[in-house]
Amino acid sequence: MKYVDEFRDQRQARAIAAAIAREAKGERHYRVMEFCGGHTHAIFRYGVQGLMPGNVEFVHGPGCPVCVLPVGRLDEAMQMVERHDVILCTYGDMMRVPGGKRRSLMQVKADGADIRMVYSTQDALKVARENPERQVVFFAIGFETTTPPTAVAMKQAQAEGLRNFSVFCNHVLTPPALGAILNAETPIDVDAFLGPSHVSTVIGSSAYEPFAEKYRKPIVIAGFEPLDVMQSTLMVIRLLNEGRLNLVENEYTRAVTREGNAKAQALVHEVFEPRDSFEWRGLGLIPESALQIRAGFSGFDAERRFPVQAQPVTEAKGCACPEILRGQKKPLDCKLFGTVCTPENPMGSCMVSSEGACAAYWSYGRHCHDQSLRAAR
Amino acid sequence: MCLAIPAELISINGADAQVSLGGVRKTVSLALVDDVAVGDYVLIHVGYALNKISPEEAQKTLELFGQAGMLEGGATEEDMLGGEAL
Repeated sequence: MKYVDEFRDQRQARAIAAAIAREAKGERHYRVMEFCGGHTHAIFRYGVQGLMPGNVEFVHGPGCPVCVLPVGRLDEAMQMVERHDVILCTYGDMMRVPGGKRRSLMQVKADGADIRMVYSTQDALKVARENPERQVVFFAIGFETTTPPTAVAMKQAQAEGLRNFSVFCNHVLTPPALGAILNAETPIDVDAFLGPSHVSTVIGSSAYEPFAEKYRKPIVIAGFEPLDVMQSTLMVIRLLNEGRLNLVENEYTRAVTREGNAKAQALVHEVFEPRDSFEWRGLGLIPESALQIRAGFSGFDAERRFPVQAQPVTEAKGCACPEILRGQKKPLDCKLFGTVCTPENPMGSCMVSSEGACAAYWSYGRHCHDQSLRAAR
Repeated sequence: MCLAIPAELISINGADAQVSLGGVRKTVSLALVDDVAVGDYVLIHVGYALNKISPEEAQKTLELFGQAGMLEGGATEEDMLGGEAL
């Protein structure tokens, strides 16, 4: 496929790896946090870490919307189905995540609830049009990439007068999460960041400039293909070597501009406004880190139409996800990893989606490699 | 979750378009993009074209990859033989 295959070329990968090995200074260690689950996935799937010299280390960030959604919000979506008898439309990513009582949407559906997996918000609108006698709720999750399609659907529902359609909004924002990690009580031990790719197509690379400036940690906006990740890592190493710490650079120029997609931004701004505070699973409450539906669209706000209240959920004892999401621990440092916590039976947030750090470790056999390395030491 | 796939616009019909995703035809919404034409490549995310892909910028990035190899003194013969997708 064009714009995919050439960014996965093995020969180029070796050439970039050689350049990284040459330019990474032997006397120092480079800790680079890849913010997005998409990067984490690419790093494991294509063995990018294995191509790095020993002093270049990837630290996995919190950029997986399925992972960071609090269990309580999932429970509330289930309550909308079970108490208010709505049809719940959801992206497939949420189907297997266990709720507070260890039940997933998949199991709730198997028990008879009307839960539909959709590919697009357009599919959710279609369900609403085809079922005028039923209320249809779209379970909206995702970062800035996934928010504009929700805004489009709500505008369309308003224009069509589609009164049986509403949105349970759980859209979150990446810059405040980056700020929360950088501003944490325990200072984060990373030197630089690989910045979001498709989030940045919407919000633009300029959104990250205040963070690089304030915390003096360079950020390189990186595409999700393996060569993009490697080239971005090389760019990060050069910025660190040259002491240019307050910069944001953009490797993913074929899709990301400094300003982003103005049309998408305007749509989001028209429909949504910042929430005072929102809980991120593993990171806790972060001010102004999520969106809520503006009063002008309150008729399409499922939270106002279908009152729900989830019980507080205690995370599994011993789960290291909060530290892993902040880059303070690796999946192998968690005693639950691979024992009681697996992708089939995830206990913590980093295992619930294939883009979570623990699921990626588990799926691509990284744990075997790391264990053999430890044994060798 | 934030994955988006490059696809070529095959035909445009008002606010929607047909794209070819690795040979598979699919209808996507153009509500988030302006100034696109048949033949353009766009990033597809949850059924929406999110952005146009710039062929010029893609070429520049590929050339940057090439430069890393040239500084090294070119790829080895073994590398050339193994030059397949990862």
